[in-house]
Amino acid sequence: MTNTPLLQVRELHTHFRTGGGIFAEKTWLRAVNGISFDIHAGEVLSLVGESGCGKSTVGRTLTQLEPSTSGAALFNGQDILPMTASAFRPLRRDIQMIFQDPFASLNPRLTIEQTLTEPLFIHGLAASKTEARALIADTLELVGMAPKVMERYPHEFSGGQRQRIGIARVMILKPKLVIADEAVSALDVSIQAQVLNLIKELQRDSGMSMLFISHDLGVVRHISDRVAVMYQGQIVETGDKRQIFEAPQHEYTKRLLSAIPRITERVA
Amino acid sequence: MALLEVKDLEIAVAAGGALLPVVRGVSFSVDENETLGIVGESGCGKSLTSLAIMGLLEGSQLRLTGGSISFDGRELNSLSPNERRAIMGDQMAMIFQEPMTSLNPVYRIGDQIVETIRQHRDMSKRQASDRAVELLDLVRIPEPARRIDSFPHQMSGGQRQRVMIAMALACDPKLLIADEPTTALDVTVQKEVLDLMADLQTRMGTAIVLISHDLGVIAETCDKVAVMYRGKIVEAASAAALFANISHPYTRGLLNSIPVVDHDVEWLEAIPGRVPTIDETLPGCAFHPRCSMAEIRCSAEDPAPHDVATGHTVRCHFAGKGTV
Repeated sequence: MTNTPLLQVRELHTHFRTGGGIFAEKTWLRAVNGISFDIHAGEVLSLVGESGCGKSTVGRTLTQLEPSTSGAALFNGQDILPMTASAFRPLRRDIQMIFQDPFASLNPRLTIEQTLTEPLFIHGLAASKTEARALIADTLELVGMAPKVMERYPHEFSGGQRQRIGIARVMILKPKLVIADEAVSALDVSIQAQVLNLIKELQRDSGMSMLFISHDLGVVRHISDRVAVMYQGQIVETGDKRQIFEAPQHEYTKRLLSAIPRITERVA
Repeated sequence: MALLEVKDLEIAVAAGGALLPVVRGVSFSVDENETLGIVGESGCGKSLTSLAIMGLLEGSQLRLTGGSISFDGRELNSLSPNERRAIMGDQMAMIFQEPMTSLNPVYRIGDQIVETIRQHRDMSKRQASDRAVELLDLVRIPEPARRIDSFPHQMSGGQRQRVMIAMALACDPKLLIADEPTTALDVTVQKEVLDLMADLQTRMGTAIVLISHDLGVIAETCDKVAVMYRGKIVEAASAAALFANISHPYTRGLLNSIPVVDHDVEWLEAIPGRVPTIDETLPGCAFHPRCSMAEIRCSAEDPAPHDVATGHTVRCHFAGKGTV
């Protein structure tokens, strides 16, 4: 990884206006307050922090779901922040997002096939319905589901299966960068482990880069190469996974790590 | 006799004219000054068990179909609704996962605590209000005399959960049931809330039933543990004995599924498959389709509880025969 990073974020600010009327003074919430990081090709960087630290806003800003206030985000050397919606559209294929609640991100009135076909046509990845069907079948198998489920609707699936479908929706586009925002947080422990293994395997096999946003330090340790710890809109510590978990430097990182309840298996 | 004794509890859900069992033969006891942890994944019946103890199943599709719940020597199911209401909130209290939905958004928190106190105690508004301030101080809300005038939305999630605890403790209950009390909270706040509960227990000798999906939380806070899967307790023991000698393949699978912060593992040993839905009938052991140890016998015969050591009970045909 000696070449230029796939994504370079520099001094990113995303502020929200929280108060003020015609006469009252404006107040701002600095959700993201000047953060910088790099993600190399094939690398998984985690953004970890507690609720309200701004980690989700980072992901939403990078996918243009929120406008940035200032700063730069170079994707393949191109600043994506000032792009117009139409200039950004072709890049949406390369930068994909996995959300926490897969049910909310699947259209309840479309079959899985319809949901997965749409992006294929939008991005010109399939020329015909037959071609799309074949791609969908392959992708469903990739995420551990039988191809025949494509005829079904989202409500027919369990939480874990829906997240697999959410992942299939992303993987079918062969993105270069995946932003996963609390992707496994809503799942039960035993299902969470399956989905985490799946995400890790897909990431390795495809060589895609990932920004993994999570509050769960155990999950973060499992999935990441590098970790950035966020607190009140800023990154307080960045480092290789080992370094962050075994020799944390910042007081906040230490506090986070010591607050996690642990299970000690006492060997009898 | 233990403070709370649940015996052979059965709960079913009414669906399309049929009664589908969701809690099957659950028994446990909790004593003064003791914390019992009930752990399991969604749909295992852990929350329903707690609602049954509080008498909160009525008016829903859920039916108590068998078993007994005795509290302080009285059989709760034989009490009239009025007698039961006198106990609830007074001698036994409950806190829930989401404090925002359990607090009334249009009343000041002080008034909500005062209401609980005056429901059970013969106190003037003044006295009850003083007691509310005391309680908020007890759960470490800063400036309690001023905060009693706050509305729930003016407080953070951790503070709201403390208010819920204050309200639950208003009448010095003998039993506190906490259903996922820290699941919605950040880890640093979770630690504060759990420490607070432990501290209050030491001071007042409260018996606690802690319901959680998080084995870590259970391991750190409980004296006894019951692991539930599909409506049954599959393994129960003191926390020390359980974590020293995990004996049910499901407990083992749960533990292996958790990514830990203290060392690296390449792949998690996930439990394959999923929890069967309640309308799927399943002969034999409910866990056998997902169990790596399963043999033909497991799909035919439901294992009876088996003691692997004194006070360590396991529902598995292989219990005590080698490691899981």
